[in-house]
Amino acid sequence: MSQTNPQQIEYNLKVVRQFAVVTVIWGIIGMSLGVFIAAQLIWPELNFDTPWLTYSRLRPLHTNAVIFAFGTSALIGTSFYIVQKTCKTALFSDKLASFVFWSWQTVIVLAVITLPMGLSSTKEYAELEWPIDILITLSWVAYIIVFFGTLVKRNTSHIYVANWFYGGFIVTIAVLHIVNSMAIPVSFTKSYSLYAGAVDAMVQWWYGHNAVGFLLTAGFLGMMYYFVPKQAERPVYSYRLSVVHFWALISLYIWAGPHHLHYTALPDWAQSLGMVMSVILFVPSWGGMINGIMTLSGAWHKLKTDPILRFLIVSLSFYGMSTFEGPMMAIKSVNALSHYTDWTVGHVHSGALGWVAMITIGSLYYLIPRLWSQTQMHSIKWINTHFWLHTIGVVLYIVALWISGVMQGLMWRAVNATDGTLTYSFVESVVASYPFWFIRFVGGLFIVAGMILMAVNVYRTIRAGKPTVEYVEDAVEHSSPAPTATQSA
Amino acid sequence: MDYITWRSFYTVLVFVLFIGVVWWAFSKGSKKRFDEAANSIFDEDKKSNVNDSTKQESKNNE
Repeated sequence: MSQTNPQQIEYNLKVVRQFAVVTVIWGIIGMSLGVFIAAQLIWPELNFDTPWLTYSRLRPLHTNAVIFAFGTSALIGTSFYIVQKTCKTALFSDKLASFVFWSWQTVIVLAVITLPMGLSSTKEYAELEWPIDILITLSWVAYIIVFFGTLVKRNTSHIYVANWFYGGFIVTIAVLHIVNSMAIPVSFTKSYSLYAGAVDAMVQWWYGHNAVGFLLTAGFLGMMYYFVPKQAERPVYSYRLSVVHFWALISLYIWAGPHHLHYTALPDWAQSLGMVMSVILFVPSWGGMINGIMTLSGAWHKLKTDPILRFLIVSLSFYGMSTFEGPMMAIKSVNALSHYTDWTVGHVHSGALGWVAMITIGSLYYLIPRLWSQTQMHSIKWINTHFWLHTIGVVLYIVALWISGVMQGLMWRAVNATDGTLTYSFVESVVASYPFWFIRFVGGLFIVAGMILMAVNVYRTIRAGKPTVEYVEDAVEHSSPAPTATQSA
Repeated sequence: MDYITWRSFYTVLVFVLFIGVVWWAFSKGSKKRFDEAANSIFDEDKKSNVNDSTKQESKNNE
């Protein structure tokens, strides 16, 4: 580039490109695994009598693949993009950023190998064994250094709100991972938790729910606060609300974990505390959702023509739905009906496929052309098709599991009036669930079909373009005249 | 300080801090800074230091 001069520094878009591409690939793999195990629930023969194809081993692989491979790759990639753009500076260290990428991909590959082998710590969403946990820690520390190092060397006075959410997510996940993964290794592939009994359960769900609150919520809210205003081409509805949103969300989420342990050995006061804090969480959650959606106020017509914006705004609607449903399910009397049923699974997927996946997909459709010197994706029509495939898939999925979940809950608690015995055996509730599991499976097929269409669209866009080289003025050397090209503001 | 006293103190402290955050966020003094921050993500669109081929068109023909 001819206008380059020593005062300009190049954005590190390479690591963003790498993360963007693997996000799409891991998305397809993780969601296909979900469809496969959904099919196993209907046709159990699909495990082919092979231990590493059994539901019990593939289910943790599915959750790890979608949360840590698809979701987290998207978060790290977009955070590296946003932190550079909003701080008007390049990443703190290209080498460390590259280490974050390769170490994180190694973690995922190790998960793909060890989980089907049956190597598991058995802690939900933290199944990986201790050597991999150590690698995760190293990768995450490098991530912390790159992200916060970039914030420190920023060329702006204010730290844009998206970075606050990403920062909260990064710091909290580090704390959660280290505390929950404390274990005593007995061999290279087996360890036992440092905690015992109800304490272990509480630590696990303090981790588990905050993985939801900080990874699957705060991180993606960071994405929302950048890509929604950018795609809508107008600033966020209320920046003040976003500040209050941030502090309220991070101070409340940390207490919600006990709602996973209602009616267990956990002390009753802890259950009630978890319930109350979960119900209050509704307020900041909806504050954030309204802030995102109202960014479009006065420009609603854009939804008609822009399928990317549609992805972003509908993701916020699903976020609003699941953050209403969640506090409701955390109420003990509702939980008595919903817990251990498909309702929980449906709720998680309304958040994961509706909120997390849709905001990610929308953000990627925004990012990919900008990372490969294109003005737009190869086909806008395909984005629209993807939007409908995904939406139909999610709706089929969550409606089916709402019905089967409530049905299971009612069947399990039904007792015969005459002698107080259970009306239904467990197997009867399984048989009654089959039609809904089939609808869920079909919903999953829609979603994977949409993701494959996205992959083709991304491939065609990348092939038509070339990696973007983008520079930013380095304000540190302000004493000498700035390049003429950047003066025409 | 015993456990209960400390907990009560901490609860009040967090509440006061939160009120402080709300007051700060909605104070007149912060308005200008926040407006600038909200619009800061559009700075790059006004400059032309980006390779022309990566310039994004408005998708809405406005």
